[in-house]
Amino acid sequence: MSSRFRENLEEALFPPIVALLVALICGDLLIMSYGQAPGTVYRLLLEGTWGNAYGFGQVLYKATTLTFTGLAVSIGIRAGLFNVGAESQLAAGGFLAGLLGLTLSPHIPGIMAIVLCIIAAMAGGAIVGAIPGWLKVKYGAHEVIVTIMLNFIVLALLNYIVAARLHVPETLHTPEISNGAIPRLESFIPAFHGSAANLTIIVALIAAALTWVYLFKSKRGFEIRAVGLQPDAAEYGGVSVGGAWMRAMVISGAVAGLGGINYVLGYKHYYEEGFAGGSGFLGIAVALVGRNHPLGVVLAALFFATLSQGGLAIHAFVPKQMVEVLQGVVILAVAMSVPEVRAALRRARKPAAA
Amino acid sequence: MNPVSFLTQMIRIAVPYLFAASGGVIAERSGIISLSLEGYMLTGAFSATLGAHYSGSPWIGVLAGMFGGLVFGLLHAVASIRYRADQVVTGIAINLLAIGVTRFFLKLAFASSSNSPRIEGFGGNNALHGFDNPLLWLGLLTPPALAFILYRTPFGLRVRAVGEHPAAAESLGIKASAIQYIAVAVSGILAALGGVFLALDQHQFTDQMTAGRGFIAVAAVIFGRWDPIRAALACLLFAAAETLQIQLQGNQLIPSQFIEMIPYLLTIIALAGVVGRAVPPAALGKKAE
Repeated sequence: MSSRFRENLEEALFPPIVALLVALICGDLLIMSYGQAPGTVYRLLLEGTWGNAYGFGQVLYKATTLTFTGLAVSIGIRAGLFNVGAESQLAAGGFLAGLLGLTLSPHIPGIMAIVLCIIAAMAGGAIVGAIPGWLKVKYGAHEVIVTIMLNFIVLALLNYIVAARLHVPETLHTPEISNGAIPRLESFIPAFHGSAANLTIIVALIAAALTWVYLFKSKRGFEIRAVGLQPDAAEYGGVSVGGAWMRAMVISGAVAGLGGINYVLGYKHYYEEGFAGGSGFLGIAVALVGRNHPLGVVLAALFFATLSQGGLAIHAFVPKQMVEVLQGVVILAVAMSVPEVRAALRRARKPAAA
Repeated sequence: MNPVSFLTQMIRIAVPYLFAASGGVIAERSGIISLSLEGYMLTGAFSATLGAHYSGSPWIGVLAGMFGGLVFGLLHAVASIRYRADQVVTGIAINLLAIGVTRFFLKLAFASSSNSPRIEGFGGNNALHGFDNPLLWLGLLTPPALAFILYRTPFGLRVRAVGEHPAAAESLGIKASAIQYIAVAVSGILAALGGVFLALDQHQFTDQMTAGRGFIAVAAVIFGRWDPIRAALACLLFAAAETLQIQLQGNQLIPSQFIEMIPYLLTIIALAGVVGRAVPPAALGKKAE
């Protein structure tokens, strides 16, 4: 058992390490192309993120959203489905949470309002996730394309509703919610003053823990993983492949939708057009680097959040767009090294086994 | 509504789609998933701007843009073919990378985070409505040329064979990976030309100027069932919807957001098989053993 665990760990850790090295080299080149010293810039990046409370709070805030979208993508992948729609599921979740928050009376106890808004957020994401699941099970429509197309459709629809009915004049956002706001961390720890980090981070950690229990300790989760590994064999073993796919997409969408509360309930207290901006696509990166394991997802979310906050910290020296390049490089390098590492480890183990 | 101005505007909107969708068709017919059209277009637009800016000639811009697309196409090819990376992930990574790279070098080259200085384009005779632009004609000719190559030449036969059944193609002595490298490289160049057209037409590069056009091209590939001519017709249809939206502006009959949805809705309907099923090449996305 323990050697099996070690093998899994090696297979999981090598690709991100390779990717990090490649990204460091690319980063060096970009920094030097701007006539700066890589050491100085990397030190600034770390100081601006993990080196002070405000920066760290921003990292936590960004990592919170990415944890949700990363979990969502990884739940899909465990079922053998590629959910590229986390972006619009996140937006739909944030939208419904904000909509409910607008209508809830301020007299309802805050904690109850938050729970109701959380349910609304999950429902919003789940509906958007269910559509590609249903089209896949019923018609065999490929979920990658459907989720991409649905991203555009859902975002256009939400933009229309906000623009036509709900926006505050001259802005792209709705009025502030009347109930359901989630407290910021700064109200408990003053050092976080000014940062957007809020208690949604606890929800994110609970979601990660529950995802782990569901995927690895429950019968339903086992079925999802069996279908993801080998649908025909799972079907033969008595698992309903369509049911597992449908469940995976609904849960995946619900988790992505839940991420919407971080911005809408925890940070701005309103829904704003484009608030999801790229978090869904980065969720794919997070799932990939986190090797589709909830713990890995949390760590990878911290990593990508550090990069994105770090970009702001170095902006005076090197354009913050550098970190966008590095994000792309990391995804490419991990995607390229996963099959490579697997093959190399197999080769290395063979003589020992014989 | 004036039919001449409608048609000319529709064609100008369609040209970037025609280039990119043709690129998508050839890559996907060879079995490589092509979600990176957006990234190729953006790189093409930016490289063309660099080329045209530093040389003063739009033709150098065209060459530079093609080169940019080629580099990103080869990146996708190496990752998916040599390293057997997941093609969906690679495609998305290339799109993110293209946004980052163009923004970084926009800042480096022009010290701006929004747009480049003005560059020289083609044509400019207003009476001709943009039809004095050689790239526009190239865009219109690309789909039929691609159809001829795919269906009437030995190379096209090989591309289709590799996309349907790589093992069978290999057994006939066709080197599947070589065909795929060529197909993906060509797709990068073609899609980049779509971006080149945009940049030269607007006489500058602006941040994220392709604005999702690469995904409309992906939609056209699927709606056109992986056939160059039908994909081109889908491009024209989508462009017509967009033109309608622009010309009806101010007229609140249909909100613009609903017209934006049309290509994506049609694609989902086509995939679900409500009106004739869209069936992809058999070996699309499958990794070589």
